[in-house]
Amino acid sequence: MRTETIVIEARDVSLHARGRKILDNIVLDIRRNEIFGIMGPAGSGKTSFLRLINHTFRAQDVVLGGALYVLGEDVLSEDVNPTSLRRKVSMVFATPVVLPMSIFENLVYGLRIQGIKDKAVLREAAERGLKAAILWEEVRDRLHKPAQKLSGGQQQRLCIARAMAMSPEILLLDEPTSGLDPISTLRIEEALKELKRHHTIVLVSNNTKQIARVSDRCAFFLMGELIETGETSRVFTVPKEKKTDDYIAGRFG
Amino acid sequence: MTPRRAEHIALGLMVSGAFLALAILFFIIAVIMIKGLPHISARFLLDNPMDMGRAGGIFSTIVSTIYLLVVSLVIAIPLGVGTAIYLTEYTEEGKITKIVRFGTECLAGVPSIILGLFGFILFVIKLGFGWSVLSGGISLAIMILPVIIRTSEEAIKSVPQAFRDVNEVLGGSKWQGVTRLVLPNAAPGILTGVILSVGRGIGETAVVIFTLGTSLRTPFSIFDSGRSMAVHFYILAREGISMSNAYATAAVLVFSILIINVISYYLMHKFVEGRR
Repeated sequence: MRTETIVIEARDVSLHARGRKILDNIVLDIRRNEIFGIMGPAGSGKTSFLRLINHTFRAQDVVLGGALYVLGEDVLSEDVNPTSLRRKVSMVFATPVVLPMSIFENLVYGLRIQGIKDKAVLREAAERGLKAAILWEEVRDRLHKPAQKLSGGQQQRLCIARAMAMSPEILLLDEPTSGLDPISTLRIEEALKELKRHHTIVLVSNNTKQIARVSDRCAFFLMGELIETGETSRVFTVPKEKKTDDYIAGRFG
Repeated sequence: MTPRRAEHIALGLMVSGAFLALAILFFIIAVIMIKGLPHISARFLLDNPMDMGRAGGIFSTIVSTIYLLVVSLVIAIPLGVGTAIYLTEYTEEGKITKIVRFGTECLAGVPSIILGLFGFILFVIKLGFGWSVLSGGISLAIMILPVIIRTSEEAIKSVPQAFRDVNEVLGGSKWQGVTRLVLPNAAPGILTGVILSVGRGIGETAVVIFTLGTSLRTPFSIFDSGRSMAVHFYILAREGISMSNAYATAAVLVFSILIINVISYYLMHKFVEGRR
């Protein structure tokens, strides 16, 4: 049985930057060990929402409202410690960003900056990350080769591996397959389904088919508003809102 | 005149201008080498000057030059790179960055003779450092600071923003991002700036003559006076002490600058290649 504890809880989250509304009273729950998909067209606020979760949203004149509990802590409050938050909530970007160093050094970067020097600990973390991202078999013999030599799909899995090497509780993904070919995309989706056994995943994508394929529950954002949220199978078969129906049917977006 | 004809004339003028510039460079180098090279020997490089430079070598001036450059770099690199890090990583583009940038541009525009006089009044007289490697080093550091700031800034800006984002989402502080990702990746560019400024410093006379002094003794302490190669050449030629030794000194000087430029050109290329 899966324990359905809520790990991320948004209570009327609103966000304005430079007087422009970005998020408007978002209310949703994300549960432990699920893949939660957030879909919506460009400018719908889905990435901004994701960036609020690990406290990396940056803009001028930001006005926040409501509360966003991540692992029990309100990350919108003043006294949140972003560094310790990001060790528990990691993130992978749309384009793979490998650092100009070896595969191994990429994997242990997050641990090194915590001051961990123990070779065995680093090695164990690197292996765990690679296995989680289903990349171990492909690179196990060349961990000390430059990471930039990997293919695009491998680089993105390395980014996931790098995030997982830190054993975060939550993994945030911002359109992780937008620049990848279908086979690489498939591999990453497989990795995500494995990962949710021990982790909670928030997946932002404007690829509705991907959300339908991999997410357990999902939300549809449109112009900063949460239009609909629920079980993915239900949202994609009997959407409650006309806008959701139009979006997943491809009538706009 | 037809457009086609105008095109030909313009092109002809531009090409001859470019070749003229190149010819002047070769002429200068050739004159100095022809007049200077015959007097250069191992003894010339390794002996100290005698009889005010009429006889002997230039060993003490080589030591003074290197000593002076090292001291100025030790001061200018941390200050310059630090300023560049502050401007690019720690401030939003705004009033403060504009003021600092404008200030460094102005500093770059100050005539070196003025800097020399300033160094003389402040370091040599007021602070009592006397004519010394220290006074000269600080004054020269002020002169090369704008070059180091500007090139470091460009080098730091060329490091992809995404590296900083990765550092951030993996729980790194800004300073960790700077030391572990930004500086290592900007290092070749920063080094190029440093070498460029060495090239400027090595040939500088106005600043140095006022602050390092003109002593022919080999400086040991940072408070010792000395005479750089450029100043030695200036004095030998200006006071007609020994034209052959002056040219030989100039040849060594030009040779050093040439080598430095070639190295910096090579590094810059490597840097650009590495970024691709």
